[in-house]
Amino acid sequence: MKIIDRLFNSSLGKKYLMAISGLALFGFIVGHLVGNLQVFGPPELINGYAHFLKSKPALVWGARLGLLAMVAIHIVTAVRLTMENKAARPVQYAKWKENGASKSSQYMIVSGSVILAFIIYHLAHFTVLLPFVNGEGDFTKLTTVFDGHQVADVYAMMVIGFQVWWVTLFYLIAQGLLFWHLFHGLSSMFQSLGLRSYSWWPVITKATKAVSIGIFIGYSIIPLAIFLRIVGSDYAEKARHQLHAETVQVVGSGKEAGK
Amino acid sequence: MKVTLKVWRQKNKSTPGEFKAYQTPELNGNMSFLEMLDVVNEGLANKGEEPIAFDHDCREGICGTCSLVIDGKPHGPHQGIATCQTYMRSFEDGDEIYVEPFRAAPFEIIKDLVCDRKSFDRIQQAGGFITVRTGAAPDANSIPVPKDNSDLAMDAAQCIGCGACVAACKNASAMLFVAAKVSHLGLLPQGQPERFKRVKAMVDQMDKEGFGSCSVTGSCEAVCPKSITLDFIAMMNRDYAVALLKGDPKPIAGGGA
Ligand code: HEM
Ligand code: FES
Repeated sequence: MKIIDRLFNSSLGKKYLMAISGLALFGFIVGHLVGNLQVFGPPELINGYAHFLKSKPALVWGARLGLLAMVAIHIVTAVRLTMENKAARPVQYAKWKENGASKSSQYMIVSGSVILAFIIYHLAHFTVLLPFVNGEGDFTKLTTVFDGHQVADVYAMMVIGFQVWWVTLFYLIAQGLLFWHLFHGLSSMFQSLGLRSYSWWPVITKATKAVSIGIFIGYSIIPLAIFLRIVGSDYAEKARHQLHAETVQVVGSGKEAGK
Repeated sequence: MKVTLKVWRQKNKSTPGEFKAYQTPELNGNMSFLEMLDVVNEGLANKGEEPIAFDHDCREGICGTCSLVIDGKPHGPHQGIATCQTYMRSFEDGDEIYVEPFRAAPFEIIKDLVCDRKSFDRIQQAGGFITVRTGAAPDANSIPVPKDNSDLAMDAAQCIGCGACVAACKNASAMLFVAAKVSHLGLLPQGQPERFKRVKAMVDQMDKEGFGSCSVTGSCEAVCPKSITLDFIAMMNRDYAVALLKGDPKPIAGGGA
């Protein structure tokens, strides 16, 4: 079918793919932020939320596969576009001015690549729980009891995890680049999908810039508040015993409680 | 005033080029940039050297033939002005000015500062027209056009097809040019019958020529001598999406004539 061919292989089609996959990723970014901000509540709040997600494997895996497809489309298309764009200007100018192009618009592939590196690290850190990437120990040992079940202590994982300075630093750098990516990308998405007119464009640029600043603040205050020991430092002290214990012990009512 | 020029010299398509420095004779600030090049060329011709080849025609900003990237900006330092209407008074005495051709893979350099912009003609031929019978001019106002649309269509129709958008874009994308041509007709009643066929045909041809894609950096609109805006690219993006959803029409034997 021509439409599929044009969607994947025409210049405009590829821009639609970038915009739609970018929008899907942005949707996830907002949802994920709302989930994570629960760390500012009592430990039961985020642990309950994590437990709720774990109890819906179909939902979680559906979302994960969908996101994976979107990430794949976004990255593959980004690489294709970048290569074609390079090929369209084989000889560079000797003297060059930016002529109104913002820095963020020129370095999308750079900010995107750092975001990709971060996504991989973040998955290893908090999803796969690889012990050697977090600078602390085996996060699978962190468990607690919620609603009569023994569950992963996500709150402890976060408040311990972000007390490591270089982890917090990397998270902040990645958030800075995500902000930079969205600062240009969000308004560009409207343009790519043709959702723009003379009267709407100023609104779109201002609103999308405000949203990207909001996302940056929302994501940055989590590691910062923990690193500065504003959130959960007492809890981290207690939970750290669990982490360094030889055998698995559980804070609170013990491993058997949930069974 | 006098300036030093660093000019790209290239004998032909297949010979690699290089920059050469030229000291101009005394200039009048009211000379256009192209007149300045004429003066330099006269000097070169008198010395028996090959003059600098550059494109020009109307020299009044309406034909889109002049090109040149002057000190890193297509069409020189001003906004909404073509090279032929850039005057030497915009430069300082003693300035060193880089003069380069428009650079893009589809704009092959023919000689010195002259590049081949036939790819634009081929994009136009793919769909940048309306199919009507010729004959007596129709009655004025027989087809009502909303004033807002006619104004916008006129803004798009300002495009002189010079290629500065391609030259300025970090991706050498031709989307501003194609969008102007697509929207100009797409906004008018006369352009409606072929609206969606047109956008597909012109975008297909643009891609075939090897231009890059839009990254929405905005440098094209910043250098456009006719101040065409990115709004038109959004309009084209919208039309192309609708065209894709509508699908291709049923083929008719004999072309339907
Ligand atoms: C959570 C992650 C991400 C989000 C929310 C996101 C979002 C976006 C959005 C909204 C756009 C604008 C699309 C458009 O111009 O229509 C965009 C563009 C872009 N993204 Fe991402 N992105 C993410 C990750 C990445 C990654 C991992 C890469 C690559 C390695 C990447 C590379 C790019 C590039 C190169 C562009 C510009 C494409 C162009 O100039 O045409 N992005 N992104
Ligand atoms: S020479 Fe005609 S527009 Fe400059």
